[in-house]
Amino acid sequence: MAECVGVDSSTSAHTMDKSIILPPDEIFRNLENAKRFAIDIGGSLTKLAYYSTVQHKVAKVRSFDHTAKEAHSDKLYEISVQEEVTARLHFIKFENTYIETCLDFIKDHLVNTETKVIKATGGGAHKFKDLIEKKLGLKVDKEDEMTCLIKGCNFVLRNIPHEAFVYTKHADSEFRFQTTHPDIFPYLLVNIGSGVSIVKVESEDKFERIGGSSIANLPTPALMFSYFGQRFDELLQLASKGQHTSVDMLVKDIYGGSYGSLGLTGDLIASSFGKSATADKEFPKEDMAKSLLHMISNDIGQLACLYAKLHNLSRVYFGGFFIRGHPVTMHTITYSINYFTKGEVQALFLRHEGYLGAIGAFLKGAEEDNPNQYRWVENYAGSSGLMSVSPDMNPMQRARSGTFDMLEMDRLERQLVKLPLLQDPSSYIPDTVDLTEDALAREYWLFCFEDALDGVVQRAVASQPDLPEAPERAEKFRQKYRHKLQTLRHQPFAYGSLTVRSLLDTREHCLNEFNFPDPYSKIKQRENDLALKYYLKAVKALEKLEWEDRQLALVSGVLAGNVFDWGAKAVSDVLESDPEFGFEEAKRQLEERPWLVDCYDQWFERLKGPPHRCALFFVDNSGVDIILGVIPFVRELLSRGTEVVLASNSGPALNDVTNVLTLDSFSYSFLLSSRLDKVLATLVRERKTDLVIIEGMGRAIHTNYYAMLSCESLKMAVIKNSWLADRLGGKLFSVVFKYEVPNRLHMIHSTL
Amino acid sequence: MPGLCRSDPNNEGAAAPGPSSSERRTFNSTARLRTDSVKKSRPLFPWFGMDIGGTLVKLVYFEPKDITAEEEQEEVENLKSIRRYLTLNTAYGKTGIRDVHLELKDLTLCGRTGNLHFIRFPTQDLPVFLQMGRDKHFSSLHTTLCATGGGPTSLKLHKLDELECLIRGVLYIDSVMPRECYYFENPTDPDHCVERPYPLENPYPMLLVNIGSGVSILAVYSENNYKRVTGTSLGGGTFLGLCCLLTGCSSFEDALEMASEGESTRVDKLVRDIYGGDYERFGLPGWAVASSFGNMMSKEKRETVSKADLARATLVTITNNIGSITRMCALNENIERVVFVGNFLRVNTLSMKLLAYAMDYWSKGQLKALFLRHEGYFGAVGALLELLHSS
Repeated sequence: MAECVGVDSSTSAHTMDKSIILPPDEIFRNLENAKRFAIDIGGSLTKLAYYSTVQHKVAKVRSFDHTAKEAHSDKLYEISVQEEVTARLHFIKFENTYIETCLDFIKDHLVNTETKVIKATGGGAHKFKDLIEKKLGLKVDKEDEMTCLIKGCNFVLRNIPHEAFVYTKHADSEFRFQTTHPDIFPYLLVNIGSGVSIVKVESEDKFERIGGSSIANLPTPALMFSYFGQRFDELLQLASKGQHTSVDMLVKDIYGGSYGSLGLTGDLIASSFGKSATADKEFPKEDMAKSLLHMISNDIGQLACLYAKLHNLSRVYFGGFFIRGHPVTMHTITYSINYFTKGEVQALFLRHEGYLGAIGAFLKGAEEDNPNQYRWVENYAGSSGLMSVSPDMNPMQRARSGTFDMLEMDRLERQLVKLPLLQDPSSYIPDTVDLTEDALAREYWLFCFEDALDGVVQRAVASQPDLPEAPERAEKFRQKYRHKLQTLRHQPFAYGSLTVRSLLDTREHCLNEFNFPDPYSKIKQRENDLALKYYLKAVKALEKLEWEDRQLALVSGVLAGNVFDWGAKAVSDVLESDPEFGFEEAKRQLEERPWLVDCYDQWFERLKGPPHRCALFFVDNSGVDIILGVIPFVRELLSRGTEVVLASNSGPALNDVTNVLTLDSFSYSFLLSSRLDKVLATLVRERKTDLVIIEGMGRAIHTNYYAMLSCESLKMAVIKNSWLADRLGGKLFSVVFKYEVPNRLHMIHSTL
Repeated sequence: MPGLCRSDPNNEGAAAPGPSSSERRTFNSTARLRTDSVKKSRPLFPWFGMDIGGTLVKLVYFEPKDITAEEEQEEVENLKSIRRYLTLNTAYGKTGIRDVHLELKDLTLCGRTGNLHFIRFPTQDLPVFLQMGRDKHFSSLHTTLCATGGGPTSLKLHKLDELECLIRGVLYIDSVMPRECYYFENPTDPDHCVERPYPLENPYPMLLVNIGSGVSILAVYSENNYKRVTGTSLGGGTFLGLCCLLTGCSSFEDALEMASEGESTRVDKLVRDIYGGDYERFGLPGWAVASSFGNMMSKEKRETVSKADLARATLVTITNNIGSITRMCALNENIERVVFVGNFLRVNTLSMKLLAYAMDYWSKGQLKALFLRHEGYFGAVGALLELLHSS
């Protein structure tokens, strides 16, 4: 007999349920091309991981060589849609009862695999070994549970933005998500399975199981099983309706009130289940479940604190299938941690706590593929989000696959890094408004995106006139994205912090899912051609101006150009109704100076000084924006002797510039951090960039507005959304022109 | 003793009992009752100390044996009857019990010689006890009942600080009672595990773990320098509460008896049940519990376990949890001597041996688990001492 040690797995004898029909559109996607498998079988849940190649369409642009008199077309470039193969990681979580059905399903759909083994971890790996080997014909290769767990935890902490969160019951937003941080070590991982394991993690490979307890999770459900035969989820549901005070003996039950000299308030639990010792009385199940949950959560919290204190750790992550996003549990654990450490230790929960072991096992198997040298990003289209399977918390639960939970991650072929010019990279929070916390803003933007959905669907169909099945796919896209929006309305925290950027990303992922790589390609092409016709005239007009007037005209030009943006509904309305809406008219629409945010005078003063060495220009839209606004501005910089690096998205987002320019700054969104191409970052360093220009509502206002850079910066945008204009105290087409000089530099300049 | 709590900052600094700390000790103004009544150097009889816990009320009664003929004559009738009633019986009403084996004979207290009696009854019967006091005209006596622990605030009791009473009581009893403190030799070897006396002459620093309905853990550096390190709500009350729910038993004794007949390994999942043996990577022996009640996830196993097995598993779970928390506190506080007290350990050799084993095994012999014969009565003894001291 001895102290319990807690190992987080157990197997259970559920009877196999073969009657369910799996919805293949939703789960086990891309199974045909699955290359590598891993499985983590716990006490009641199985987590399957596989890696597949995914084929999808991308829009490619080919420029015509106009110097070679090849002008058989008056178009600047042609667009072709090509197939591209990328890698995707799939994770599926389901109850052990479905394991046989799932294995059969996998076997039937597995076509192109060359793999001979399946990595397995978890307590059930042993039990189901024969079944898996028989069904799949793959050799089961067992991996150490704890190693997998830690590997998986490190992986999600590094790769998934907003993976970890703090839970606060009574705050505006119960979930406060943490930004990914390069220094994740050291931390304490408390993994709660059938038992509890407490692991101190000091580096990628260095970790130690420093303790554990067996009072956790399964003793309780187990205990309740023996009493009522309840299942764990049902227990949690019961608990959420119960009152523990009828079962627990509180401080006030003993002392009549609080115990002041010890700082014990009357409502504290003095003895768990202390009242149930008085024989003969019947207690409601709900109350007992609640009491049990309190007992376990408090106990785990207390042990975690004692270990954190002993090892001097301030971050404690909780993983394992006990918590699974259940608010009462998270609240009790958080409360207990705060209570025992007086706030010195932070309780952090993980969105993908249930997948840690499976991810780790997968990574073990994929070591020769070097998964760590890639960057993986969560695919919002294929992931079901936090709490998607919690029975009474998700009214949007999918009817047939309600008990299946999914996570998909795309592999990026390039390393992404932070912009070296950020003043404080670790505290950089790209998004200006967190819609998880701001209910009004959330409502507005969700409405906006839903409202714009019809238009996007139309564009998507129009972008592929030669493909007869396009309308059908577009319809599927509409359903998927609408469903995502509805889920987010109920659970804004489902994918981490909800932001305008994440809403755009989700739309992008859904569009890609249904092979609409660039719904705006046709419009962009037309607009680029139109803009180019006007280009020479515009440049000549600028050259005629005096230097001083020209500087303002160039800035106005960038701003006017930025009005042309299909993504903003107010603009697309005007453009749609009047295609001739010209550049000059756009200038007239602009707000008169002084603008809503107006640093032009400072910028103008600066221009009188020495030229910048190198400017990094994050551009926004194609067409009028870049050709008539940005290029003339850039020409002026070049003529001053400043080198200019133009950076655009590598994937299309609406009518963003793609591939027209030499350098990409990665994908769908507009981040200076984490999602920036390594090549660009190197270039920025080599050329000693001393000016960063960020253009457009998405990059300069929705994100980065508060980002502090270590060099001079210009943030330019026209507000093309009346709600946002309202929020910022301006009106439609108000101008933001923010010129910032970091403090240190400012002093140097003023002394010059 | 309450469970879920941390050490109180005000308490940590309570090194010397100054005026402020005695103020703290006085819970209500009924203290005046006594100061009025006590004019002489020692209080009038009867001498009582009481500790009202969540489950049990502990009462100590000093029976003077050196009563002079003059005193005998002066002794009012009802006082005499109390003395006789308490000392001639070993059970009171339906639930009151005198622990005869704990009685301390020929004790000298405040210049008087007599026997110290240890009596307990369920807290829920406190009203009955008080009624009995009234029936026997207790209230007509010039006396104050010194009490610690909880109890309804409506009671006219002189309330004392619980932790202070506890520590005083431990130190006092240990000083007057030889072989009060003991430990288990060879705790990890069931065949050679024997009880041995432990001289507690120089007890500091010690971790004092009081396991009542809940658990309080104190770090004691000297008689007056101590702090409450932490506590847990998983204590004796939890054991009994869960046992009642799981097995339908109704008393602590029944629950313990059932536990002694049961086998917890049928209920708990052990490391070897998962790994087939030791989990060597982390130095976990195969016999260690991996998941308390872990086997109960399986329907078949649920059907094969007995109530005794469930009672045993509950006992093991609660005891081990207390062991874990205690061990972590000992490490954090850097204390090697751990004294376990409280009525959870009454007639509970199972738990004591488990705790002794756990302390020794997981600390590789660094920690020593000590036990005291008067397990749950120290708070009441401390309350009695307070009555005598303050007069």
